Amino acid sequence: MSGPLSFLDRPNSYIGRSVPRPNAKRLLQGRGTYVDDLRLPRLVHAAFLRSPYAHARIVRIDTARAAAQSGVLRIVTAADLAGVYTPWVGVLTHMKGMKSAPQHPLAQERARWQGEPVAAVVAESRAVAEDAVSLIEVQWEELPPLVSPEAALAPGAAPLHPELGDNLAFARSVDAGAVDDAFARADAVVEETFTFARHTGVCPETRSLLADFNPADRQLTLYCSSQAPHMMKEIVLRHFKLGEGDVRVVCRDVGGSYGIKIHVYPDEMTVIALALLLGRPVKFIADRLESFVSDIHARAHRIKGRIALSKTGEILAFEIDDLAGIGPYSTYPRSSVVEGGQVVNLVGSWYRSANYRARLAVAFQTKPPMSQYRAVGHPIACAVTEALVDRGAHALGLDPAELRRRNLIADDAYPWTSPAGLRFEKLSHQRTLARLMELMDYEGLRLEQRELRAKGIHRGIGLASFVEITNPGPAFYGVGGAPISAQDGCTLRLEPGGSVTCAVSITEQGQGTETVVAQIVASVLGLPFERVRVVTGDTERTPYGGGTWASRGVGIGGEAALQAAKALRANILALAGAMLQAAPETIDIAEGWIVEAATGARRIGLDEVGRAGYFRGDTLPPGVQPELVATRHYQPRDYPFAFTNGVQASWLEVDVETGFVTLLKHWVVEDCGTAVNPLLVEEQIRGGVVQGIGGALFEECLYDGAGQLLNGSLADYLVPMAGEMPDIEVAHLSTPTRGSELGAKGVGEAGTAGAPAAVMNAVNDALAPFGAHIAEQPMTPARILRALRRV
Amino acid sequence: MSERVEIRLIVNGEPVAKSVPARQNLVDFLREELGLTGTRAGCEHGVCGACTLRIDGAIARGCLVFAAQLDGSTVETVEGLSDSGEIADLQAQFLARNALQCGFCTAGMLVASAELLRRAEVPSRAEIREFLAGNYCRCTG
Repeated sequence: MSGPLSFLDRPNSYIGRSVPRPNAKRLLQGRGTYVDDLRLPRLVHAAFLRSPYAHARIVRIDTARAAAQSGVLRIVTAADLAGVYTPWVGVLTHMKGMKSAPQHPLAQERARWQGEPVAAVVAESRAVAEDAVSLIEVQWEELPPLVSPEAALAPGAAPLHPELGDNLAFARSVDAGAVDDAFARADAVVEETFTFARHTGVCPETRSLLADFNPADRQLTLYCSSQAPHMMKEIVLRHFKLGEGDVRVVCRDVGGSYGIKIHVYPDEMTVIALALLLGRPVKFIADRLESFVSDIHARAHRIKGRIALSKTGEILAFEIDDLAGIGPYSTYPRSSVVEGGQVVNLVGSWYRSANYRARLAVAFQTKPPMSQYRAVGHPIACAVTEALVDRGAHALGLDPAELRRRNLIADDAYPWTSPAGLRFEKLSHQRTLARLMELMDYEGLRLEQRELRAKGIHRGIGLASFVEITNPGPAFYGVGGAPISAQDGCTLRLEPGGSVTCAVSITEQGQGTETVVAQIVASVLGLPFERVRVVTGDTERTPYGGGTWASRGVGIGGEAALQAAKALRANILALAGAMLQAAPETIDIAEGWIVEAATGARRIGLDEVGRAGYFRGDTLPPGVQPELVATRHYQPRDYPFAFTNGVQASWLEVDVETGFVTLLKHWVVEDCGTAVNPLLVEEQIRGGVVQGIGGALFEECLYDGAGQLLNGSLADYLVPMAGEMPDIEVAHLSTPTRGSELGAKGVGEAGTAGAPAAVMNAVNDALAPFGAHIAEQPMTPARILRALRRV
Repeated sequence: MSERVEIRLIVNGEPVAKSVPARQNLVDFLREELGLTGTRAGCEHGVCGACTLRIDGAIARGCLVFAAQLDGSTVETVEGLSDSGEIADLQAQFLARNALQCGFCTAGMLVASAELLRRAEVPSRAEIREFLAGNYCRCTG
């Protein structure tokens, strides 16, 4: 690295050190505070009656028997909430032509998915509330369900929302370069239809909300399990006609989120309405069964894809056609079309080919709403791209690693603009691939594979290069009218005893946000890490900001912390300089001491500076006003996103008699720029890979033709567990973004982005000797046997 | 449904005497009646393992047991195992290796891990995987 010594390279810097998370200690002792752990005076509990049908008219609701139960305080249906809220529409205005219908807390005359909330009971306990729910009598008139997106978009299909005219929520197309020409002159063309099943987040802590309204001072406090407290506050004050000073959102420990908890859910809006109506705290903890039919789902895409190649192994073009079903409403406020949009944006984008055509159609249907979930669109785009590349290599008789080497964007070609218009500042595809080959001993593994095949053991190697969208700027949501901040802020306060309190607007769900921020602040300020106390997750106590999602926490919030620390450092040095009669540039801070910059000799402790600043102003020279608080904000401006890149590999065995897959090993080489805490980066990658493997092999919300979920319990819906997971080896390269001084890009979704592609390619590699291949996820044993034509 | 049962048991070394609803499961009893919120309900159908605790020395799913069944029993939760120092080494290693993220499954993971170490002094990676295969963790995988 050239240039002056950065704040990140100071002696005793914590940047790049795998510091354990101080806030993990309370979680390890069972002393965390999730929403369901909170107890408030006069607390009552809500439970919901949900539609048992995918599509039905609500003819009549009789709540008399339920209301007569001892301990039941209030029962509401749609009519009871009229006037308490305003409905919401999940449309982003910059998505041209996008449409959706107004959504309400409780279904109006019609329920449009199995699980849609229809009535709510408030009672003295959750158990009593559930008892009462079972006594509500609803007269239903079943309506024809609209389950598949194909049926929803078929000519003459009845519109799910008559006022919208049809069931097309959104359509988009891209046509870049000369696609027809590329396919016409290609030596090889491979086509495939890919199917990605609906799956869902299955957060360990289900969606949870405690809404506490105090009518005396008109204060609504929401204790929620959320990634974006400031966004939630903005939503709530908009839709419940409250003032900015009336709402506070508090997120304490959050038991997993993965994108599930950044959306507006009708049951949660009902709970807020109930708190306002009752003037007391109302708690709602979704149970596991209702979570399966009320959390957002994701990933339901049918993609027809093809690739054109020259006989020299040049990728000439990609073309895809994506059809997705998003349920009856576009989810508020982020919409439900971003996943399809990201598929269109991303497919093929890490390869040099300039010819690309994509079409996207997004349909309304009678299934639970679908929206953004960890790695939004990436696992699909990556699986389609990388499967087509592998199939292309197979068609040309080329090694799949070699085909990638020939076509990945060169490391010295940046800045680069993809055919769909993505701008890459600087990526390292070629270096990450080379590093992976070495890490996994690719040639050795190929040899082992050949030897085992001769013995009837069918193992596969799957590679997957990828990019990940991180650090989104305001053009992502804000421009579309959503109250979602792309900037974050950090306020630092030197305490009288020489420690620092840090309030930051990014949030913690276990990623290590608070640890990483403390590492940055401690490094810049010259403080021992233990002396930085970080506060997150409270709209009243932190600066305004977006929160933690879209792999943006460290890249954006971390930079705000860095800039705030620089500002506070300057303020501290100005005060210390006045105290010591030294020019501020001749002194520095190290390990909590004011030191001479030249020699490092200790002069006074930060505690002395703090005490002088707060208690002994009388000792300071005239005109010196200590400012021991500093705030800075940051938002990325140079690029719409800070892309990261990486490559993954999967090594697995397929039992061709049973269709079972045994994962043997997984490798990831990632480049997220500055890795503030490599241990936490690796754990983000590992957890992300496992989540991706879940989608590739296990997870699927199975629906029947009537739109009924068939496997809505943890006993039936398979999630990845430790027994099936391979060891995951992670290696890092670092290409810092120049858009910030910290240089950090995101890493939260990279594992999930690439893993399904690597696993699918590995399964297909194992099946290759049988002339079989699979393009459907999850790759269940039954589907693998069908691919092998054995069932 | 409103039937109540008198129980006396030892929870984390302390004697407890309570009248509990017959249908209340052990997790709800610990959380609602005793304020021991370290044990968590993740699925309430015995799959996720978040409510793993010890009853009379053996690990069990707290959501599959009624409190009313436990008259005369001894129950140990993450709070008790933390206070006694029994799982201190495990907790230190979980911290050092970042073996938790959101922490929701962690109490169950610790109780299950302690049980594995009691059965096999140095379990292999495969044995660890298999033993922990009943504890769902979405964050670290």
